[in-house]
Amino acid sequence: MAQTLFDKIWDAHLVATRADGRDLIYIDRHVLHELHAPHAFKKLEQARRPVRRPDLTFSVQDHTVSTAPGRDDTTNAQSTQFLQAMREGSRRNGIRLFDIDDPEQGISHVVAPELGMVLPGATHAVPDSHACTVGGLGALAFGCGTTELEHILATQVIALKRPKRMRVRLEGRLGPHVTAKDVALRVIAQVGIAGGRGHAVEYAGAAVRQMSIESRLTLCNLSIEMGARSGFVAPDETTFAWIAGRPWAPQASQWDTALVHWRALASDDDVQFDREVLIDCGDLEPQITWGTDPSQVVGVSGRVPALASIDPAQEPTFRRALDYMGLLPGMAVAGLPVQRVFIGSCTNSRLPDLEAAAAVVRGRHVAPGVVAMVVPGSSTVKRQAEAAGLDQVFRAAGFFWGESGCSMCAGGNGDRGEPGERCVSTTNRSFEGRQGKGVRTHLVSPATAAATAIAGRIVDVRQMVTGAA
Amino acid sequence: MQPFTTLTGVAVPLLQDDINTDQITPINRDMNPDWAALLFRYARKRPDGGDDLDFPLNKPQFRNPSILVTGRNFGCGSSREGAVWAMLATGIRCIVARSFADIYRENCLQNGLLPVELKSADTEVFEARVLAADGGAPFTVDLQTQRISGPDGLDLAFEMAAADRVRLIEGLDDIGLTLKHAQDIDAWEKRIGGECPWLQTAWDPRR
Repeated sequence: MAQTLFDKIWDAHLVATRADGRDLIYIDRHVLHELHAPHAFKKLEQARRPVRRPDLTFSVQDHTVSTAPGRDDTTNAQSTQFLQAMREGSRRNGIRLFDIDDPEQGISHVVAPELGMVLPGATHAVPDSHACTVGGLGALAFGCGTTELEHILATQVIALKRPKRMRVRLEGRLGPHVTAKDVALRVIAQVGIAGGRGHAVEYAGAAVRQMSIESRLTLCNLSIEMGARSGFVAPDETTFAWIAGRPWAPQASQWDTALVHWRALASDDDVQFDREVLIDCGDLEPQITWGTDPSQVVGVSGRVPALASIDPAQEPTFRRALDYMGLLPGMAVAGLPVQRVFIGSCTNSRLPDLEAAAAVVRGRHVAPGVVAMVVPGSSTVKRQAEAAGLDQVFRAAGFFWGESGCSMCAGGNGDRGEPGERCVSTTNRSFEGRQGKGVRTHLVSPATAAATAIAGRIVDVRQMVTGAA
Repeated sequence: MQPFTTLTGVAVPLLQDDINTDQITPINRDMNPDWAALLFRYARKRPDGGDDLDFPLNKPQFRNPSILVTGRNFGCGSSREGAVWAMLATGIRCIVARSFADIYRENCLQNGLLPVELKSADTEVFEARVLAADGGAPFTVDLQTQRISGPDGLDLAFEMAAADRVRLIEGLDDIGLTLKHAQDIDAWEKRIGGECPWLQTAWDPRR
């Protein structure tokens, strides 16, 4: 019978079906972070249960780490307890830790792909909803809670009900300065913030095939913002070329065997999905969120919806979002003054993201009154960017250039905005209070964020780089 | 896990859709926080720092809630389990929502917090009854009979997968259930270690 790629990976990892009907899915790579893992270590030890596969489990310090140059455990006093508990818990359980000073430290969803730790057709779990990022390599990933994390530590499996399958076909060719981030925001706008609930999403189509792996990681990262726990792209030659030679990738004869397996990882031609979505990306312009959830999206030349276009039942929600954002119905988004710009997070902090931003910034300066930050997604990305001189481009323009970590995406390390600030951000959630109490977040691509920092107001990057702005 | 059989108490209405985990519990920077104090921490306060007395959980009749009644896609966003722990710390052991975000619902089941979705035909009626009761009369959720009863109306039936229901009623240890399959896990590892050895080793050859 014809199968989706999702079903192929699921079935290959199905260990057993439990008496309560849940499937036990084996987790090939389990990556922990310091905000949630210490709770699970403690509970596991109280129950006197060992970690089943410390050799397939990895710890990363990312959520609470300071981004200040020369950081250590004590730079953020409130983070010390998390960093130390993570270090001690990892050591006691024999788990390799990418500590705050490790040359390969970074955001777990950036580190796991760049090392070749996560692979096509593999399953991956992280106690973080953006685990879905690594679907860009053709892996099946699950964000999980703390008790599920404890369960995986003890058993190396996760107990789930099989989700439905959705395919999002993205056709057309993206225009200049239109990125995977813009595509993902358009997908969320179309599917809705809850449209992916109960589904695993496969992204397909010509626009996806043309995307780099970094772009696919960005696309898959935002799957959870439409409610889908997992999102992925079938691996192809672009994927295999990207993984080849990465430090942890299979070597020698294992590589050849792996390739044979990986080339079979595709949905069958005549397979039925539970839901299909089709979007033509050919005319897409850079996108931006205007509201307090990531489905409230317009093109950068667009306007906040008019009141007349809102379903009366949704009017209170609409008004509440605009009130929080300090906007009025029908208002143009371009031209809004901003006070803060953040470039980073598991969504948009890889080398090509920083290169796209630097290309806009080069030879220009951040507008007066704007606090602008760049936080690389990993220490490896930071080193690569510095080798290419990107740090100098950003610093010369007045950006803060930080040490890698999650930083202002959720503010778990104390990097946050001030109440009432309008913040243009390359992150993934525009929720109320996400980047600090009262902070008004607009989600965009790195290029749009960079152009906005320079202009001091929301702009269409395409106009800035052609000199028409 | 604390078993869930029946629960009788005040039902507090928070009738919005898409309430996310950043609203339920803003990210906290304390390893052992006062979870109850984190529940809707921002929404409970006015801009001047005083309590917003219009926010349902701040109203005197809802100071000791047992059941939260809310809209679609409740708990979207982050996987943080604190968004469930904060409910339990406040005494809320059942959430009746029009629907739940996937990870949040799983986190509820892992902690003995009952996530209920009523039949769509019943939701408006139930929400109206909760608003009318205004904390003055209790509702009872019975997981054994899968019914909610309360003032001003008939009992309402709700669906729950038998397996999830039994796990909650008996307070079963999820890890214990899975470890009954330890031999299956061993066998899977052995087989895949042969067929796809790169999956069963995560080796850094540089070390």
